[in-house]
Amino acid sequence: MSTPTTSPAPALPHLPPRANRRRRVVVPVATGVALLALAVLALGLGDYPLTPVEVVSAFSGQDGFASTVVLEWRLPRVLAALAFGAALGVSGALFQSLTQNPLGSPDIIGFSSGSFTGVLIGMTLLPALAVPQTVWALAGGLLTALVVYALAYRRGVQGLRLIVTGIAVTAMLQALNVWMLLRAQEEVAMSASAWAAGSLNLVDWDQLLPSLILLVVAGAAVRLVVSPLRQLELGDDAAAGHGLRLEPARLGVLVLGVALTALPTAVAGPIAFVSLASPHLAKRLVGGAGLPLVQSALMGALVLLSADLIAQHALPTALPVGIVTVVLGGSYLVVLLLRGAGQRR
Amino acid sequence: MAPTTSAPASRGRPPAAEGAAGSPGGRRTRRRVAAVLAVLLLAAVVIASLAIGSRPVPPSDVWAALTGGEVSGPDRAAVVDLRLPRTVAGLVVGAALGVAGAVIQALTRNPLAEPGVLGVNSGAGFAVAISVAFLGVTEPSGYVWFALVGAFLTTCAVFVVGSLGVRSPRPEQLLLAGVAFSAVLAGMISAIRLSDPERFTALQAWEAGSLRDRGWDVIVPALPFLALGVLVALLLGGSLNALALGEDRAASLGASVAWTRGGAILVITLLAGGATAIAGPIAFVGLMIPHAARWLTGPDQRWIMTLSFLLAPILLLVSDIIGRVIMWPGEVPVGIVTAFLGGPALIWLVRRRMVSAL
Repeated sequence: MSTPTTSPAPALPHLPPRANRRRRVVVPVATGVALLALAVLALGLGDYPLTPVEVVSAFSGQDGFASTVVLEWRLPRVLAALAFGAALGVSGALFQSLTQNPLGSPDIIGFSSGSFTGVLIGMTLLPALAVPQTVWALAGGLLTALVVYALAYRRGVQGLRLIVTGIAVTAMLQALNVWMLLRAQEEVAMSASAWAAGSLNLVDWDQLLPSLILLVVAGAAVRLVVSPLRQLELGDDAAAGHGLRLEPARLGVLVLGVALTALPTAVAGPIAFVSLASPHLAKRLVGGAGLPLVQSALMGALVLLSADLIAQHALPTALPVGIVTVVLGGSYLVVLLLRGAGQRR
Repeated sequence: MAPTTSAPASRGRPPAAEGAAGSPGGRRTRRRVAAVLAVLLLAAVVIASLAIGSRPVPPSDVWAALTGGEVSGPDRAAVVDLRLPRTVAGLVVGAALGVAGAVIQALTRNPLAEPGVLGVNSGAGFAVAISVAFLGVTEPSGYVWFALVGAFLTTCAVFVVGSLGVRSPRPEQLLLAGVAFSAVLAGMISAIRLSDPERFTALQAWEAGSLRDRGWDVIVPALPFLALGVLVALLLGGSLNALALGEDRAASLGASVAWTRGGAILVITLLAGGATAIAGPIAFVGLMIPHAARWLTGPDQRWIMTLSFLLAPILLLVSDIIGRVIMWPGEVPVGIVTAFLGGPALIWLVRRRMVSAL
């Protein structure tokens, strides 16, 4: 396995405090710069290519066609990738902290599976109603989250019970989804599966603006739960000893976590893996204990934006962005795991 | 969601109601009773699985078909060629998933861990997707080797990444590596799936997980791997118990942490890989059964494994029987039925505080 001479490896990268502190500033700033560069690149790429300078000058709104392309067509999609990625990253960090489980993610409360169930019901059983997918997705997801919470509630909601209830409900919904897919017509099943992979193809301002506003509100509200969450991380008894009211705090975190997943899902479909991977990527880059909320948001945005760039421009056939996030985020996580192993040795 | 209605009934009961597991003597009796009952139930389920199917065959004819008596040709074919291998497949797949689930939860001490978490399902699925997309394979008997090799290679990769730079594979690192690899492969499977309607249909059917049309040519290649896996699992029981006390204490008790973890990963690869190769990914059995077994027997890993070995095939075979008759003459894949049987049961257990943390 490893050489016999190595001393027992420390759990975290062993950095002197100052280097660690510097890292906490350098990493977010570097991620931010990368995001900005990628955003400009994304605004320039397409059937009507623009140089970065042209992109920036297009923002004045005076450049005629270039301004239309950048502001009306490409900006909503780029903003959606940034905002949705950030929201999913924060949501994942909240859930991992709440459940104290590295596999915790909004998926455990069943939102993604439930929203897919909703969409499948809309597409295969009740297509005559002509209710938009967004509504089906929100209804299915929120109903599922509510059911999971209600089933897990018993004089309070506790981490393990929430996880196990979530697993059970999610498993049933996934089975139901597979069953509906197997029975549906081929084209319907394929387009439903494409929705379930998550895609930013159809995002425009009309769809984006309401969810952006709500996301900003939810993001501001996250600040309120940061300190209760840190206390919860110490354990229930310690948190209660500090005078924290456990149930309202947990419910608050849960509602925010679900909201931050629900808004992107309603617009773009369930984009897998961003919420699971971003907090881990953030922790591995920043190091140290505690909840790297800001860095999780930045990582989520970075993963989703670069995945969307690849999905749009780098592949022979257009694929839903969710497929690329999964491959890209997963590979990045593997690289970080390998590099972390190298440092430790 | 049906389970909501049963909730209020259980609310009033004190947690001491399941106190029988508390005292050592009571626990010993309880374990034995549970094991004996599980064996009897399993026997009954096997008989039912042979007797029940979409073609009605009277019990006497089932018996005659199995013992070589006189039966009409189609009846004999239904029992001997279809139901017998299918029942055997259910038995071995169920037992393998149960034990693999018990081992992965003991290894990672994570109640969310299931046998697929080390990348077995996605590895097998990816290999099958490749065989469907590029080699034109369309039969379960053609998938089996691909699935075995895919599961094995993926777990090896996960193991290497999860244990680099540390003396023994560290559970959290392993889980992350498994999640990362699974994600990458799952993404590529979706890409293959969504690229062509024909592949879509074939992969969709495989991914639902089913015991249908699993003849001896599917079961036999996987059997040696499953047998080896169960054997190693038996040898590991004691060391996994020591490991549950924590790394340091396990080492002071003389258990080699590195060897135990390595062995556990081997068990999971062999068992979950073999099971997936036969039936496709069947979620939930390996996750749910160890929780139930832990509730019945307490924390001893050897007992948890034994009971998982017995209980998981019961769940799988009962689900398969239900799947055969519920949409008669059509079929519901077994993986879908297990979720609908197991889900409410798991919620009921966790609400009554019968699911214990690890």
